[in-house]
Amino acid sequence: MPELELYRQMARIREVEERISALYGEWEMRCPVHLCTGQEAVPAGFCAALSEGDKVLGAHRSHGHYLAKGGSMQRMLAELYGKATGCSAGKGGSMHLVDLDAGFIAATPVIGSTIAIAVGVAFAAQMRGEDSVTVNFFGDAATEEGIFHESLAFAALKRLPMVFVCENNLYSCFSPLEVRQAPERDLLAIARANGIPAVAGDGNDVDVVHGLAVEAVQRARSGGGPTLLEFATYRWREHCGPNFDTDIPYRPDGEFEDWTGRDPVVAYRARLVAGQHATEQVLDALEAEIAAEVDAAVRFAKESPFPAREEFATDVYAG
Amino acid sequence: MSTPVSGIATKQLTYAQAIRDAHAIALERDPSVYVLGLGAPDPKGVFGTTAGLAEEFGAERVQDMPTAESGMTGVAIGTAISGMRPVMSHIRVEFALLAVEQIVNQAAKWRYMFGGQMQCPLVIRLLVGRGWGQGPQHSQNLDAWFAHMPGLNVVAPTTPSDAKGLLVHAILENDDPVVFIEHRWLHGIKGDVPEGYHSVPFGQARIAREGSDLTVVASSHMTLEALRAAEHLAHAGIDVEVIDLRTLRPLDTETILGSVRRTGRVIVTDNSWKTGGFAGEVTSIIAEEAFASLVAAPRRLAMPDVPVPTSPALAQLAYPRARDIVALAGDVLDARDRVALLDPLPDPAHLDQPDPSFVGPF
Repeated sequence: MPELELYRQMARIREVEERISALYGEWEMRCPVHLCTGQEAVPAGFCAALSEGDKVLGAHRSHGHYLAKGGSMQRMLAELYGKATGCSAGKGGSMHLVDLDAGFIAATPVIGSTIAIAVGVAFAAQMRGEDSVTVNFFGDAATEEGIFHESLAFAALKRLPMVFVCENNLYSCFSPLEVRQAPERDLLAIARANGIPAVAGDGNDVDVVHGLAVEAVQRARSGGGPTLLEFATYRWREHCGPNFDTDIPYRPDGEFEDWTGRDPVVAYRARLVAGQHATEQVLDALEAEIAAEVDAAVRFAKESPFPAREEFATDVYAG
Repeated sequence: MSTPVSGIATKQLTYAQAIRDAHAIALERDPSVYVLGLGAPDPKGVFGTTAGLAEEFGAERVQDMPTAESGMTGVAIGTAISGMRPVMSHIRVEFALLAVEQIVNQAAKWRYMFGGQMQCPLVIRLLVGRGWGQGPQHSQNLDAWFAHMPGLNVVAPTTPSDAKGLLVHAILENDDPVVFIEHRWLHGIKGDVPEGYHSVPFGQARIAREGSDLTVVASSHMTLEALRAAEHLAHAGIDVEVIDLRTLRPLDTETILGSVRRTGRVIVTDNSWKTGGFAGEVTSIIAEEAFASLVAAPRRLAMPDVPVPTSPALAQLAYPRARDIVALAGDVLDARDRVALLDPLPDPAHLDQPDPSFVGPF
């Protein structure tokens, strides 16, 4: 049942992010983490619209995108723990995720940088006559980078099979939108001026995300070219790290409470029960399964060996 | 070290024609190769280096692009990690500076940062020059910046034969990003170039001239200045060995050190500024590895640390030339008197004309 799958994916992402928060203080994960707690509906809703052969690229806050596209949870956690079994063999950490089997091509942290690379992945697919759709997830700050605009222009020029997905969580680190963008600035109009259809939606409603994703992916796959989707959502925790940061006075009064009150995971759970898509018991069992999956992934990560010293200088060049 | 094997058919080509030849061979051999650059398919074809390729191989294989160096370098990287082999050109190194984020953060590290699961076989051709009369932003050579970066290969050929062989190797045989530096003053020089498939591996310097008294290390256009200086110094009985590095990364330290151990004296030339330049790197390696063989302090010859001005009256002060190598050789060999007896080495009439065969454009 698709509704249950959407819920399962959101709940998995939430559980992983919250577990990272809980375990981070042990100082065993020795890399920065940018958690997407509160933003689970976009990756879950969007990736459910993709096929196995479709490709996803992300940025610094990409645990959710990686997991929702089918990336190995065990290998992601092992990567955060710096282990040889990590998805990037311990050389990347949280900001360099990859699972090629799942179609999660890459995440790298310099803002806006992978947007152009995603366009190139879509361009290669087009030149080779492949059927795949490429998706790039990025935040509101990335749309301020020059490379975002260059990427839109080229994707439109070549009518590439791809979807640009902006998760607007209102902040770039601590800097709110109003110090970065004029109030009249209209992201959708920027996309449309490049010849790219653009739609905005509630990024905390997984059904809305999924519906818009299905449409955009279908357009891309059928030769209709790229689409830009902008989803309003909210980062619950600090920009980088495991904690809440409501003690720092940079969010307006009531904003945090307003958004956390619209928890995408909790809201969807209630909707499933109310709509009789699932019983409490079924959802409880599903959550228990997820907790066990995360337990096993953490155990795998902790028990895995560190990379051998010999690995330090391998893979700088071929051979 | 690079003497063509006898029996292989060669043809007289200019450096620019040799580059074009390498493109054609790569496009012919491997369907994953494509060429991307501002003006690559236009009638001028990047100073002739891509001329006619679009007609021969089609618009899909030889593409023009928007004026968006950063984004298009990202696009090229995206295709490279997807299994294609893009060859990108920038008609000035300065334009590629807009793409340094992509080159340094992404292309150079792609293989490493994902634990060796992907590769980025991207060739970026950067044109550099001297005396173009085009001032501070059209006359730089930033080879040392790129050579600083693990994960990149940096190539700077001198001869038409090496230009073809190194570019064929870069596009078809090397699976990592390559910064391929072409000096505009070399595009017009002619030389024997092996016909058909011809590749030159990275990391092998060429002894351009054998000698026993002094080693001069050079690359790209400075190799020609070094050879002119060496011929001139021969009239004073000074026997100069000239090493053409061919690739700055990987660097053939063995050939450099072997030569210095024989001659005991070395001048390292550079196509760019002195501070933090590549000559400093080579000099350091020599000091660390061959100190005991040195009978005189190693010397660098590079551009003074000043942006390049436009006026020919000032620009001529920016670039080291053969006569500067001759004078410095007199110091290093403690043979100022002998060198002083030589006729002065004539300079080219104009800084923007390396030899009469060069008629532009820049």
